[in-house]
Amino acid sequence: MATFKFELVSPERLILSVDADQVDLPGSEGDFGVLAGHAPFLTTLKTGIVTVKAGGLSSRIYVRGGFADVNAAGLSVLAEKAVPESEFDPAVAASELAIAETVLAEARTEEAKDQAIAALDEVKTAVAALA
Amino acid sequence: MASLKELKNRIASVKATQKITKAMQMVAAAKLRRAQEAAIAARPYARRLGLVVANLAGAMAGRDDAPRLLAGTGRDDVHLLVVCTAERGLCGGFNSSIVRLAREHIASLLAAGKTVKILTVGKKGADALKREHGERIIDRIELRGVKSVGFDIAVDLGKRIVELYDAGEFDVCTLFYSEFKSVIQQIPTAKQLLPVKVDAPAAASETDYEFEPDEAEILETLLPRYISVTLFSALLENAAGEMGAKMSAMDNATRNAGEMIDRLSITYNRTRQAKITTELVEIISGAEAL
Repeated sequence: MATFKFELVSPERLILSVDADQVDLPGSEGDFGVLAGHAPFLTTLKTGIVTVKAGGLSSRIYVRGGFADVNAAGLSVLAEKAVPESEFDPAVAASELAIAETVLAEARTEEAKDQAIAALDEVKTAVAALA
Repeated sequence: MASLKELKNRIASVKATQKITKAMQMVAAAKLRRAQEAAIAARPYARRLGLVVANLAGAMAGRDDAPRLLAGTGRDDVHLLVVCTAERGLCGGFNSSIVRLAREHIASLLAAGKTVKILTVGKKGADALKREHGERIIDRIELRGVKSVGFDIAVDLGKRIVELYDAGEFDVCTLFYSEFKSVIQQIPTAKQLLPVKVDAPAAASETDYEFEPDEAEILETLLPRYISVTLFSALLENAAGEMGAKMSAMDNATRNAGEMIDRLSITYNRTRQAKITTELVEIISGAEAL
């Protein structure tokens, strides 16, 4: 199976750089999968789980506040926060939930509140999936 | 001529100073390594985000619905200068060279009849600017107690700046920091932060992208993040630069102290010798007189 270059970077460091067979991402307009030879594509991501399949192994990574850039060179995901499943413990989950809740508490307009509620739900779903 | 006792005290005090500067140099060297690693680790994200923003901005260029962060307010009257310096001194010309660049910039803006507002990050910059431009400083952010620069600090700062911008507090924002070239070379740099100015997209970016949601909406979420990342890398470069400058300043100080100790020791020995000789001459001439 053809592979492509997948890179996951956070502002602090390069988290993952592998040749992947398939990567599934939570796009803001719906989940999507990327295989080798995908058309150039740029989208924002919602909070959720990125699944990477490489060499028969599959790993999951929690991602918040990111976007994905698919081009001829491969796929790169830039996330504000990215935590591999193995490092995702209850403390991380609690802090992620707390962040989403503060955003909701600080939301002034109805629109911002709706967004914050949706964001909190996304975090809850992701946490439940990884628990 | 100083007495032997005075010289001895002097040598002891210079030795104590040398011990302190030596220790500070070693601490700076250890911190430098960490700061440098952090700065390097942060580069891939900044580079990629820069590329994506450049691509998008290229696609948006000249369109009416371009976000305000990119298009600007259409005016050029009020300038906000974000001056990033270190929290502490004793690092050679590091802080003063950033402040000097900012001061020159302020002077030329004022000469052109613009209004200048200043936001300082780090204590030293605020201290140096407050005498001359105290009334122009709208806020000072201190990083005291911050062990390592985290992305959240940059996010908060970025949010502050964008809020001020949206409130119409300024038209153009320029960031002052020190670019970390090497341990012995830090270049004070001015960088326009707002409206976002991107380098012309590379020729390779001609590929037809599909956007989801559309370009304008992606840019809307991307630009604030781009600002935070720019601030973040400036803060990291500064942290590394500060430690580099401190290391070489303290290295110099240690060397100078060493030279001083050598000089003082020679004087001390000469004085001691001279004293012994005088005493001997006195004893001998006393014995002869008998």
